[in-house]
Amino acid sequence: MATAPEIDWNAVIADPRFQTLHRRKQGFLTGLMVFSVVFYFLLPIGAAYFQDLFKVKVWGVVNFGLLFAITQFVVAWLVAFYYSRRAGADFDRLAREIAADHEKGRG
Amino acid sequence: MNLQNRKLVAWGLAAAAVAFGGPAVAQGAVAPEYRWLTFAVFAAIIGLTMYVTYLAAKRVKSASDFYTAGGGVTGIQNGWAIAGDYLSAASFLGIAGLISQYGYDGFMYSVGWLVAYITVLLLIAEPCRNIGKYTLSDILAYRNNPKAMRIVGALSVITVSTFYLTAQMVGGGVLVKTLIGIDYEYSVIAVGVLMLAYVLFGGMVATTWVQIIKAILLVAASLILVMLVWTPYGFSLPGFLGDVVADPKVQARVATLLGDPAKNMSALELGQRFLEPGLYFKNPIDQISLGMALVFGTAGLPHILMRFFTVPTAQAARTSVVWAMAIIGGFYVLTLFLGFGAAKLVGPQAIAAVDAGGNMAAPLLAQFLGGGSNSFLGNFMLAFVSAVAFATIVAVVAGLVLAAASAIAHDLYVGVYHGGDVVPPQQQVRAARIATVVVGALAITIGIAAKGQNVAHLVALAFAVAASANFPCVLLTLYWKKCNTGGIVLGMVVGTVVAVGLTLVSPNVTYPKAVREASQKVLDGEAAKRAAIAEKLASLDAAVVKQGETDQATLDKAVKKANDDLVKVAGKEVSIMGLEKPMFELKNPGIVSIPLGFLAVLLGSLLFRDKRSEELWPEVYARQNTGILASKATSH
Repeated sequence: MATAPEIDWNAVIADPRFQTLHRRKQGFLTGLMVFSVVFYFLLPIGAAYFQDLFKVKVWGVVNFGLLFAITQFVVAWLVAFYYSRRAGADFDRLAREIAADHEKGRG
Repeated sequence: MNLQNRKLVAWGLAAAAVAFGGPAVAQGAVAPEYRWLTFAVFAAIIGLTMYVTYLAAKRVKSASDFYTAGGGVTGIQNGWAIAGDYLSAASFLGIAGLISQYGYDGFMYSVGWLVAYITVLLLIAEPCRNIGKYTLSDILAYRNNPKAMRIVGALSVITVSTFYLTAQMVGGGVLVKTLIGIDYEYSVIAVGVLMLAYVLFGGMVATTWVQIIKAILLVAASLILVMLVWTPYGFSLPGFLGDVVADPKVQARVATLLGDPAKNMSALELGQRFLEPGLYFKNPIDQISLGMALVFGTAGLPHILMRFFTVPTAQAARTSVVWAMAIIGGFYVLTLFLGFGAAKLVGPQAIAAVDAGGNMAAPLLAQFLGGGSNSFLGNFMLAFVSAVAFATIVAVVAGLVLAAASAIAHDLYVGVYHGGDVVPPQQQVRAARIATVVVGALAITIGIAAKGQNVAHLVALAFAVAASANFPCVLLTLYWKKCNTGGIVLGMVVGTVVAVGLTLVSPNVTYPKAVREASQKVLDGEAAKRAAIAEKLASLDAAVVKQGETDQATLDKAVKKANDDLVKVAGKEVSIMGLEKPMFELKNPGIVSIPLGFLAVLLGSLLFRDKRSEELWPEVYARQNTGILASKATSH
């Protein structure tokens, strides 16, 4: 891969705006990722070890387990939606500013 | 018409001739007098995609056009293409089949396939778009030793693609044979030749459009079926499922699955059990292990990663994953109705009688909803679903072959053999096309050679290798400062070797002794079952007689399989690894191999040093986060 010596990458990393972006993204992504993985594994774990709960009928013949599985879809979509809202409103703006300044500064 | 297009047309006609002109001797789900309908529908789909390929072929001039459609695909288009690439026959027909046979567990299985995209969305898609070019190795080679990265990366891509490709070719061959009755070998060749026509002439542009068209057809077909299934219940979920639970066919199926414990259960209890977990998945640890492979493996699948290089910006990459999640998730929710609808309307036994794995659930449901096996509409709908299934296999195989070919041509030929020297664009495209033909020919050969083999576990193995080798390497090179060449090489080797090694000593491979015992048990029980069936056939109740006939067909199949199996393992005592019984009890290695893959990258990075990896870290981290220069990267 070609490197681009005309951009001072250490300066980009040291840019306070980059540090802000890095901090915000790191916390947000880690939190959302851990939540999603834990929430997903509740499904196979629950189906195996909490069968009595999964068998409870809540809506006609529809039981808790079935509703929980459907909830997985809804939660996955909400996570995706929440992430793209946050990224579009916050991360993109910072990234664009940083990119514009440092790309302009070269040469 | 120039030479190129003339070649394309000839190629398409050849594929059509193989598919339609081949001796269609066997009996498929489509009745012989309606087979022309399937061909007509499929010819229309081929015609449409070939036209797109014809338009695309003019635009493929550079390596960038061939591998990534010049980075000119929009986010929404890419979202549909990802869905088309991902919804293989295994998830299109397999999950509906699993639900029709085992109820709840089949639906639960589908969840992991969607959640996988959260990993892709949050961690992989945008950074890969920002620093990648054509292949997985491009990402690894950015800061680590390029030659070493291209070799291990290409080997891993070829390994994963080969497993996945074999499963698709063999599964596709069986599927087309079951649906239409074309001989196995002819369907494998038809899939292969058709796929080559798209990839060879249209590269990524054509592949993308084939995947988009297929995804739209798939979603449309499923939507129509679900409307027909659900409308009678006024779109009430409890109403629909209440009817499924009350169905005697479903209750009988649960009774068969449960065996003795079913004797003390009422009919309604048996039906309700269909909506409860545990009819298919018996080992929770195995189930979690599979979930890990899905959730982390998708982000390491080369043909999925490659799709993110086709869009111009990180924002477009994000949009494409969100769209893909909406389409893929929506499709699995529809599958819930297809699977349970097929169980209620067609019956689990009738579906299993055509294909033991349940793969025919959706096609048979389509036939039933159209008016049954003797009606024109019923056969038209079956033909339509069958044609979509065929298109599905072609679209998925095209994506896989493109990924494998790019690893060979771009990483091994241009990157390693030419050592990063400037290779003229014409020559790069030529190399890519030659690699495509080689991989395509190999896929056809493997498909024919592996006839009759049980390849179902190969898809899971592809995900396991991707999750244990590719995912830790890509993730850590993007996010961990200390990651370096030593870590990636060790991680790739350990992840791949452990995942494949554990599978080789797992219950997935054949253990002749166990097969012999199981087959003997079927044959020993045959007489008693025959007596029970004879009793049913003598009944005055037409429904009971019909049940008896279905039972008889199922038993005949089981006996034939038992006899075939006995012949296959005759004279053998041990598995290919020389074992009498599995050494590793799980079918899915992920729970062991994924942590070991991560550990290997960590240890390798700490044990070895690489100045280049350290020096380029600021550049990688700045670029993956901000997309600096990313837009320029697409223009050269």
